[in-house]
Amino acid sequence: MKKKSIGDNPAVVSILASIISIVVGLLLGFILLLILNPSKAGIGISAMLTTGFSSMDQFGKVLYQAAPLMLCGLSVGFAFKTGLFNIGASGQYTMGAFFALVGAIQFQLPWFVCLILAMIGGGIWGIFPGLFKAKFNVNEVITAIMFNWIAMFLVNLLLANMPTMLASAWGASNSDRTAALAKANPAAVIPKAGLNKLFGNSSWINISVFIAILVAILIWFILQKTTFGYELKACGMNKEASRYAGINANRNIVLSMIIAGALSGLGGGLYYLAGTIQYVLVKSILAMGFNGIPVALLANSNPLGTIFSSLFISFIQVGGSAMQPNFSSEATDIVIAVIIYLAAFSLLMKMVLSNLLKRTGKEDKKA
Amino acid sequence: MAEDYVIEMLHITKEFPGIKANDDITLQLKRGEIHALLGENGAGKSTLMSVLFGLYQPEKGVIKKDGKEVKIKDPNDANRLNIGMVHQHFKLVECFSVLDNIILGVEDTKNGFLQYAAARKKVVGLSEKYGLRVDPDALISDISVGMQQRVEILKMLYRDNEILIFDEPTAVLTPQEIDELMDIMRGFKKEGKSILFITHKLSEIMAVADRCTVLRKGKYIGTVNIKDTTKEELSKMMVGRDVQFSVDKKPAKPTDTILSVRDLRVPSRTHNNDAVKGVSFDVRKGEIVCIAGIEGNGQTELVYGLTGLTKSTGGTITLDGKDITHASIRERSKSGMSHIPEDRHKHGLVLDYSLEQNMVLQRYWEPKFSNRGIIRADEVRKYAEKLIERFDVRSGQGPITIARAMSGGNQQKAIIAREIDKDPKLLIAVQPTRGLDVGAIEYIHSQLVAERDKGHAVLLVSLELDEVMNLSDRILVMYEGEIVGEFDPKKVTVQELGLYMAGAKKQSDAGKGATK
Repeated sequence: MKKKSIGDNPAVVSILASIISIVVGLLLGFILLLILNPSKAGIGISAMLTTGFSSMDQFGKVLYQAAPLMLCGLSVGFAFKTGLFNIGASGQYTMGAFFALVGAIQFQLPWFVCLILAMIGGGIWGIFPGLFKAKFNVNEVITAIMFNWIAMFLVNLLLANMPTMLASAWGASNSDRTAALAKANPAAVIPKAGLNKLFGNSSWINISVFIAILVAILIWFILQKTTFGYELKACGMNKEASRYAGINANRNIVLSMIIAGALSGLGGGLYYLAGTIQYVLVKSILAMGFNGIPVALLANSNPLGTIFSSLFISFIQVGGSAMQPNFSSEATDIVIAVIIYLAAFSLLMKMVLSNLLKRTGKEDKKA
Repeated sequence: MAEDYVIEMLHITKEFPGIKANDDITLQLKRGEIHALLGENGAGKSTLMSVLFGLYQPEKGVIKKDGKEVKIKDPNDANRLNIGMVHQHFKLVECFSVLDNIILGVEDTKNGFLQYAAARKKVVGLSEKYGLRVDPDALISDISVGMQQRVEILKMLYRDNEILIFDEPTAVLTPQEIDELMDIMRGFKKEGKSILFITHKLSEIMAVADRCTVLRKGKYIGTVNIKDTTKEELSKMMVGRDVQFSVDKKPAKPTDTILSVRDLRVPSRTHNNDAVKGVSFDVRKGEIVCIAGIEGNGQTELVYGLTGLTKSTGGTITLDGKDITHASIRERSKSGMSHIPEDRHKHGLVLDYSLEQNMVLQRYWEPKFSNRGIIRADEVRKYAEKLIERFDVRSGQGPITIARAMSGGNQQKAIIAREIDKDPKLLIAVQPTRGLDVGAIEYIHSQLVAERDKGHAVLLVSLELDEVMNLSDRILVMYEGEIVGEFDPKKVTVQELGLYMAGAKKQSDAGKGATK
């Protein structure tokens, strides 16, 4: 028998492992729903699994939310590849959103300039953890966590003192959030390019998901095909060996964090420039950046895999919000967390699976 | 036949996933003998000893102590059977005193208080009886490697062990210390203790052992009486073919100076003082200069300083007439310096990169391998295939094998291929054969000599005196960060070198950079 066992193909094993992990996660999520509210569990899980596809409008929402998730996932994954744990995606995302909104409202700039500003804002926030790590060997996790808080409070402080930025300056009554872009600067809203027609007049959909996919492909190319990517990965896998090879490891750490920051920042720009959401001044860190971590883990830090993992997580988030009359938002959050948590077990599952396939492969050959 | 065997390991088989580490091995240790266990790396010596010490359970086979079958489930069982072991890497608590380390685990207490006085008396008594000089109150971190080993030996004696296992005990010692250890071992034999001596150094076996058991690739090859055998025969049993011991090489024809080091100072990795304290020497085209010395006398730091891994704090380095004292690692590499690093996993390879990616680790940026920042994957593949063939680097999947999945010998071959193919003016090779088996050592030595014969300069740093004597055209001995002697290998004995390595002797004009 010359047929190759599927256990020999690592890509197949990886994808299979991810799918199995997701199924197990959904199963456990369902059990949890049964415990929380047995009579509504069936409705709940079907809401979670079907809402994303129930209408073009909801599907548009999945795509819209997937874009910033994808970018945060790319940010975390990119840093992972360089041996850094970018837990600061949230702060970078916040700074990106702030820069984009200031460009849009305060300076009345068009959307693409605002997106570039978002990348600059996120990139600046990436410099600090990178620089501290490179210069003083301070663990980037600590710096990044601090900078998450600094970003949130700084942005709230600045916005509170920039009257033109707030909704109250543009004909609305509330001053706890930024102005609606449709009123403040329609040119800063990311164009829909006719997609809303395709998606049944969905208010969510715009070209952001395509921008995110392009960026994912670009990041994949950089990591896979360029000398810069070669250097970054070498630093991530073995800093000492890359030093030995004459690679400037410290410079690469800073550069990697700047790029990771710019990616998160762009995510923030894409989310808030859609025109459907206003930035609200609350004293809690935005969850989007942290959600980038499971996105990256689920994709095993592969930029192309990030496209799919972010769509999946966006899908169950949209589904989760549709469960809400029957289940409290905390309960849905727990179920989502369980699913994501188990999905991140794909690495473990991959090991189990490849062992299993090898064993059955052996027996096949014997038989 | 009533032989008096104190330990018998009969038909031991131990399997790990995918490999039979021990395949039907029998080892019989007579009372009061020194029994050597010989084999290449990966022959199964350590596995067999781990079985005896209770760290692994064999699938098949029995262990007998004094003719009675015993089960050894963990090291405590081994201890109860009076089996003691000096591990290759010492198991000592650095911040404890010698005495604390010796009694650790078998402390005598009275009302919860340690009984130091009695313990000290016993330790001092043992130390005097066997000539094991130690200072009971010194901290382990402050004493020499030789003394640390004596502490390990005292640990076994303190526990009244009768069967003593020495796992590669001479790797870290000077020739004088090795002689001393041999005497100590003979002393134990006289006392009726039985010794298992694991090594791959044939001369030591010939000097001290009574019998020798040889393993090869997990299989039992045979047991021989040392007085009926020769070094050649033993090595043939170990490797499975004839081995060339001395390197074939013509006399060196050194010409122009390539590397010139003057008064170089390099900071230590571990403390605040300089580890290299003003070293001067030259290396010329067409010669192999060897830095000999005991581990930790500044050799590592000297190489770090030369290659740029550590910034030097003083002095100058000149490579082929160009001052590279402050040059970056990349510039030094471009100027014609190649470096086979001491630690191939830390520096030499990115273990999770494929073999082909590792082959261009120093050169990926060259126009040959990249075009406007994009790697030319086909060129990298071609180049890797060329090197793999030329240097016979063996791996599971050729260029796309992940480096981590390769054997140590082939990893080292890959590094050597990469460094030699750069066509360097100066090749710095640090411990290039550490941990490799005889066949691989033979190959690497011939490659280094070939480099020399091409007219390149080779700077070899080695702790193995056999290697130093065999390969070098000139020997520099380093002791406590200084060069204390310069020798012609043909005119110096190992014993003489050992005195310099231990700091007992010093040439007054050494390390001033004058090439004789």
